[in-house]
Amino acid sequence: MNRYPSWKYLIIAVSILLGLLYTLPNFYGESPAVQISPLRTTAKADTVLLQRVEDALKKAGIAYNGMFLDAAGIKIRFPDTDTQIKARDMLQSMLGSGYMVALNLLPNSPQWLTSIGALPMYLGLDLRGGVHFMLQVDMKGALSKALDRFGADIRGSLREKGIPYAGLDRQGSQITIKFRNSDSRAKAEAEINKTYTDLSLREDNVGADFHLIATLRPEAQKRIQDSAVQQNITTLRNRVNELGVAEPIIQQAGADRVVVQLPGVQDTAKAKDILGRTATLEVRMVDEERDVQEAMRGKIPFGSELYTERGGGPILVKKQVVLTGDRINDAQAGFDNNNQPAVHLNLDNNGARIFRQLTHDNVGKRMAILLIEKNQAEVITAPVIREEIGGGRVQISGRMTTEEARDVALLLRAGALAAPMDIIEERTVGPSLGADNIARGFNSTLFGFAAIAVFMTAYYSMFGFISVVALGVNLLLLVGLLSILQATLTLPGMAAIALTIGMAIDANVLINERIRDELRQGMPPQAAINAGYERAFGTILDSNITTLIAGIALFAFGSGPIKGFAVVLCLGILTSMFSAVMVSRGLVNLIYGSRRKLERVAIGQVWKPVSTKR
Amino acid sequence: MEFFRIKRDIPFMSWGKYTTTISLLTFIAALFFLYTKGLNLGVDFTGGTVMEVGYPQPADINRIRNTLIKLGMSDVSVQNFGTSRDVLIRLPARPAMSSARLSETVIKALQEDDKGAEIRRVEFVGPQVGQELVESGALALLIVSLGIIGYLALRFEWKFGVAGVIANLHDVVIILGFFAFFQWEFSLTVLAAILAILGYSVNESVVVFDRIRENFRKMRKATVAQVIDNAITRTMSRTIITHGCTQMVVTSMLFFGGEALHYFALALTIGILFGIYSSVLVASPLVMLLGVSRDDLVKPEKKEGAEALP
Repeated sequence: MNRYPSWKYLIIAVSILLGLLYTLPNFYGESPAVQISPLRTTAKADTVLLQRVEDALKKAGIAYNGMFLDAAGIKIRFPDTDTQIKARDMLQSMLGSGYMVALNLLPNSPQWLTSIGALPMYLGLDLRGGVHFMLQVDMKGALSKALDRFGADIRGSLREKGIPYAGLDRQGSQITIKFRNSDSRAKAEAEINKTYTDLSLREDNVGADFHLIATLRPEAQKRIQDSAVQQNITTLRNRVNELGVAEPIIQQAGADRVVVQLPGVQDTAKAKDILGRTATLEVRMVDEERDVQEAMRGKIPFGSELYTERGGGPILVKKQVVLTGDRINDAQAGFDNNNQPAVHLNLDNNGARIFRQLTHDNVGKRMAILLIEKNQAEVITAPVIREEIGGGRVQISGRMTTEEARDVALLLRAGALAAPMDIIEERTVGPSLGADNIARGFNSTLFGFAAIAVFMTAYYSMFGFISVVALGVNLLLLVGLLSILQATLTLPGMAAIALTIGMAIDANVLINERIRDELRQGMPPQAAINAGYERAFGTILDSNITTLIAGIALFAFGSGPIKGFAVVLCLGILTSMFSAVMVSRGLVNLIYGSRRKLERVAIGQVWKPVSTKR
Repeated sequence: MEFFRIKRDIPFMSWGKYTTTISLLTFIAALFFLYTKGLNLGVDFTGGTVMEVGYPQPADINRIRNTLIKLGMSDVSVQNFGTSRDVLIRLPARPAMSSARLSETVIKALQEDDKGAEIRRVEFVGPQVGQELVESGALALLIVSLGIIGYLALRFEWKFGVAGVIANLHDVVIILGFFAFFQWEFSLTVLAAILAILGYSVNESVVVFDRIRENFRKMRKATVAQVIDNAITRTMSRTIITHGCTQMVVTSMLFFGGEALHYFALALTIGILFGIYSSVLVASPLVMLLGVSRDDLVKPEKKEGAEALP
């Protein structure tokens, strides 16, 4: 009765083999590497680039351990981190902004393992070091920005159609357009209704003025908010790429939140700065008709705002925005004719047209280029327009340092955020703490396992040893499964591995106790083994399911590190069911099953009370 | 080896009065401390900033505190963390200053004071996130409890489900009571430990309940109390050994897991110890109190034959 058909042994053997195979990469460790991936569609990672990189490295005398090309780009291994950083700097300056050159860690496992998809476990930020941010998108900000855009567009349309209006202003969530007579209002209303279906209009009369009040329709509001989050994610992704981070995670979490994880990032200050910045560019006209001195005394003329020019004095700028950063196709840092740091912009078709019109109409006047960051605007430069500028090429040079020019170019290139964002959660783990955490988790598991192994073997002798083997298989399968699934392993996850070891032994204790119990009742050994396994199974199932319920609830409601704990806990329960019941039974059957006359089994001392009467 | 040489069934049920009193007293004490002292909630739940800073030499806590007070952070708490070279700095949530700037300002000031200061960890949680984590934690607790009641009700009978969950919630309240009494930091990881314990110690009740059901079938003439006593006595050995093994791992975590896993392991330890107690001496008397009878479990129809051994 204690024999397994060979297919069951086969299942056990195959699963152990697979477990071994997929656990293997975890033992090889990782080596520093540099990863090159193309950022634009025009840039390609191919064998030509591979050759170029190889030549450049050889020329610079930088030693490397290997180089290969895959779907993500080119990866180069280095013997140590110093060479890695040297190579990164060299490659970045050689390849320019078309490629992302990022530091990374690559598993040292041999090629054949990688090619069958056997990778080491995916370590979470608390184990490998890095930054985790949760950002909240300011939805109100997104709506006001959208309304501002509508305001500018309506101005344009009204002017184009020759409909006179006395003023246009946004207050909170509505745009008020003023007219001198009801006739032009009616015309404007028809025009706006036709062109801007997202707006709902309402007429209002204030004194002698005829007002038209535009608000966003609810469905348009929702769409704008959704797309604001999406655009912010895209922008963040661009910015992270510019930062050069290997394997970043940027994803939406909830309706208005974005999670950003940057593994291995050491310079968190820079990361935070670049991510959090809401830089955008605005081109407006300088208000030269009114007196700046007057404005400084607090009498700011209607329709204008007072700003400070970088490295200069105060300046009055009209509120009306002519051109925004959305129209920018590309931005590069460079130098102007006088060898001053500058940012070269390339505008899209629409932007180029607007810009040409603007410069055409305003020769001899001053325009202002404003950089708006975190709701603070600064006039970078306010040049006099000397001639019409066509072709969409614009150069901004104001009193900037090279570093500033590069940052501004990066931010403009990566695009503006559709809405401001705030960091509402941040977790940064330094690389040294990450390594410590791995050691802690590993030691907890190791010593816990050792203690159980000693105790079980001493207490249940042969059956205890079999239980320990089964427990080892459980650990193997769990680690293998985590490696296959590439589930994120966190410190709580490692704690969960240790805990599952402690809990998984329960099944074997149950079985062994049952067998002893049956032996105590006088059952022959073979029958006792069978009965022990059969009867314990229901209990094992029950108790594992209750733990599984807890694990699933933790997964559903937990966040971040807790999710990692829950995943490991649930997987551990599943593997322990298999190993404790099937693997240990397989071993028992292998050892005892074939013996026809089994007098006694090595399950430790089975004590029988003197009077067994009940 | 055989630890448990129990000759006769231990009359656990006749001790019901005392054990219930003890449970009730500890339970009330736990509630009392929870009410008067409250939990020392970690940054996960309250919002705020926690920074772990490492120094090459033993850190001078007072000097660090003074440096930070000079920055205008009078409500800062600085303490050693694990070793004398590591320092944990806690700053309450501050609406005026962005978190990103806050941690930067702090580390800059510390590095000006001592070049060797190295930032090991920063955790910032905004107040609204903290509130959400409290809510989702409570929800998780509720769902786990309901799920377990549901499962036990399906597998056994509703009385077992209710008794099992009450016994284990009693453990949870006691763990919380410990955390309130000693003012240990209650973090997300501790919450995870508590929920895991909830699932784990229900196992214990399940094992005993399983035996009770089996005994109802076998011991046809015994009273309900005798049936339960026998079930507990015969699972005693397994209970102690299993929990002992789990505790070995948890102890290993206490020793080797460092500060990060310290309270996690502590919560598990208390949970395991009280788990043994409650499943034996709380859950079973409760089942009896709820008036379980043979008819609840042993259905005279074909079912019995189907479940009999081969």
